[in-house]
Amino acid sequence: MRITQGAFSFLPDMTDAEIRAQIEYSLVQGWAIGIEYTDDPHPRNSFWEMWGNPMFDLRDSAGLMAELTACRQAHPQTYIRLIAFDATRGFETTRLAFIVNRPREEPGFLLKRHEVGGRQIQYTIESYAAQAPEGHRYD
Amino acid sequence: MSEIAEHIDLCELLADSHVNEVLDELDAELVGLKPVKARIRDIAALLVVERARKQLGLVGGSPSLHMSFTGNPGTGKTTVALRMAQILHRLGYVRKGHLVAVTRDDLVGQYIGHTAPKTKEVLKKAMGGVLFIDEAYYLYRPENERDYGQEAIEILLQVMENQRDDLVVILAGYGDRMNAFFRSNPGLSSRIAHHLDFPDYAPQELEEIAQRMLQAMQYRLSPSGAAALHDYIPLRIKQPHFANARSIRNALDRARLRQANRLFAAKGRQLTRDELMIIEGEDIRASRVFA
Repeated sequence: MRITQGAFSFLPDMTDAEIRAQIEYSLVQGWAIGIEYTDDPHPRNSFWEMWGNPMFDLRDSAGLMAELTACRQAHPQTYIRLIAFDATRGFETTRLAFIVNRPREEPGFLLKRHEVGGRQIQYTIESYAAQAPEGHRYD
Repeated sequence: MSEIAEHIDLCELLADSHVNEVLDELDAELVGLKPVKARIRDIAALLVVERARKQLGLVGGSPSLHMSFTGNPGTGKTTVALRMAQILHRLGYVRKGHLVAVTRDDLVGQYIGHTAPKTKEVLKKAMGGVLFIDEAYYLYRPENERDYGQEAIEILLQVMENQRDDLVVILAGYGDRMNAFFRSNPGLSSRIAHHLDFPDYAPQELEEIAQRMLQAMQYRLSPSGAAALHDYIPLRIKQPHFANARSIRNALDRARLRQANRLFAAKGRQLTRDELMIIEGEDIRASRVFA
């Protein structure tokens, strides 16, 4: 099951040229871009690993694409996303985040039904991939 | 197969890039520096021809444009580097055309493992533009074999070779020390195609520079002031620590100081606009070089 998080995730995977264009747009807006990766696909997982520091004061996408290539080489079987941070007063938050790399196979989620008092049911989802220990989830 | 033009009009291509305007500006705004200007014109011509070749479907690989600027202090290396970035941008060789000026401190870290990320960060900032490394010879410290400068040079070399479409590196510094630096780093020297040497300015060139600086600061010389400056420059050149245009700028700053003092001494009367603008001979002749 293809996970859909962040912008553009219902579209087909972006080509490098398309990623480059999005980076150029973000840089023109004055946003700082960081690269993050994780192998835990749960939608509530907000703790992605940082690939280096977020990159401030860039003018061109070439430096970022070089970092992205390096990150893909080091972690080919993970989710990698770019997050663009806007430091403008009033925003001071992420303005754009999108996935640029995903594992070849995404096994999806198990829906668990947990019966509690009476006929009440609590639902939870669990990623099949995350059942393996960290670092061995998409081998 | 896509349509490839059979003929190309070089003049049209040149006019399209508006590079002539930048080159003319360079000629008009910078005094002297004949060999440097000639070399920049050569490079511009090469890039226009390269563009024409590309349009006719001839591939030659983009030329390497890393440069070294050598010359005495105050000969305009940084100023020309800034113009270089604009010219390369107009010709489409670099995508953004900004200049990132750094020195050793910006590239080399203070402890093990600190240098590589620092250098890489600077390189990423410079991508799409020009990286200007001032006093580049400080990167190499032969007296300390564990110096981290060597690490910065290695990363620099790698990027200069592999990503030459993404940035142009300009190394700058004083002539003799740069030569020693290149001798001890042959890898660096061989990757730099253009060595530009900035000559010292002649006295009358310095005079013209002084006039332009004053104009930019909205001052002007009285006839006696102009005569004093004419006498001042040859004397200053003979003094130790002469730094070409930079020395002239400092001399003018001191003359402004004396002018302000003189105006204060004549207090109790109204000053005209002209009096506030004019630098008199006595403001310059009070300098210690006349002593």
